[in-house]
Amino acid sequence: MSDKKTARGVFVNGLLNENPTFNLVLGTCPTQAVTTSAINGIGMGAAATFVLLGSNVVISLLRNFIPNKVRIPAFIVIICAFVTMVQLLMQAFLPDLYSALGMFIPLIVVNCIILARAEAFASKNSVWLSAVDGVGMGLGFTLAITLIGCIREFFGNGTVFGINVLGGGYDPMLIMILAPGGFIVFGLILGIVNAITNKKKAKNMQEADA
Amino acid sequence: MTVNVFVFMVTCIFTNNFIFSRFLGCCPFLGVSNKVETSMGMGMAVTFVMGVASLFTWVVYNWILVPLNIQYMNTISFILIIASLVQFVEMFIKKSSPSLYKSLGIYLPLITTNCAVLGVTILNMNNNYGLLQSVLNGVFGALGFMLAIVLMAGVRERLETSNIPKCMKGFPISLVTAGLMSVAFMGFSGFGA
Repeated sequence: MSDKKTARGVFVNGLLNENPTFNLVLGTCPTQAVTTSAINGIGMGAAATFVLLGSNVVISLLRNFIPNKVRIPAFIVIICAFVTMVQLLMQAFLPDLYSALGMFIPLIVVNCIILARAEAFASKNSVWLSAVDGVGMGLGFTLAITLIGCIREFFGNGTVFGINVLGGGYDPMLIMILAPGGFIVFGLILGIVNAITNKKKAKNMQEADA
Repeated sequence: MTVNVFVFMVTCIFTNNFIFSRFLGCCPFLGVSNKVETSMGMGMAVTFVMGVASLFTWVVYNWILVPLNIQYMNTISFILIIASLVQFVEMFIKKSSPSLYKSLGIYLPLITTNCAVLGVTILNMNNNYGLLQSVLNGVFGALGFMLAIVLMAGVRERLETSNIPKCMKGFPISLVTAGLMSVAFMGFSGFGA
């Protein structure tokens, strides 16, 4: 990567190249726990994106003031403040989603993606780039968990975003929306993503040789 | 009373296993479960932190936050309690067992961000558990976590030598394995409910 990071590059990096769920394999708990339906995936993703954006901006603003030794507790407190905001806002305006996501809203605090981005990116880069990184990573996460949510909802319930696509005759595979489905779907998707990246890498190597 | 504690224990360890039915603590579950020995150490550290964290957060929530009517501060106060506890455990393990300290590596400070720890304190709060029940929930929940992580480590030691498609190596196959183990744990569902 070149020294000068462009906003566009950072954004695409978060969304695809270093997708937090599929490539970095961070934040696995909410990825599996809330993805019983596509809507839940979007809700969780939006909440996490908001927290990522807020915490990245604030941490980047304060990066020259926070002493190195206490940076992790300081980051956690900042993240926590944003999570509490999301929690209260969601409770007030989206009570249905709030009850569906349940205890996983406060657990955004311990989502490794957010702390990892604070540590690896926001504490070293300018405010603008950190904001872009937050949105990129957040959307990458949203995309990933919505995809998993769609697949699980499709097989487990015969619907996508609550719309029935398979007709009444479909006998739902209940296991997909229960706990084991989360592990298995996520594992298989990771496998497919790996296969695609491996192929790409092999192709790049061949081109470099030629 | 003893019967109740027993039922509660089985429910926490098997029926509502933190990893297989609640998806809490998946990161260390996938990260540290390479060797049986390391995962035992991790399990014990987590058990200690979860038990003590349940105790302290119950006290802080019921004796400080509720009287002052600032319950919305729960997340922030809980995470600070957990972070300081983890720091304490880290210092203790560093002194008492340097080899364990080395093999746990980055995952030791990461207990702070283990969702199972914060998760159990929030569960205690949401379910309005009493002091004793909170601590038991923390300890038994952590034992369930330890059971899962040790079982997984045993399976993964075998997986290393088996022939797996290249793209499924590492995380993907571990996740699918965890899914199948989770199917087995579903057999306990309904017990103690």
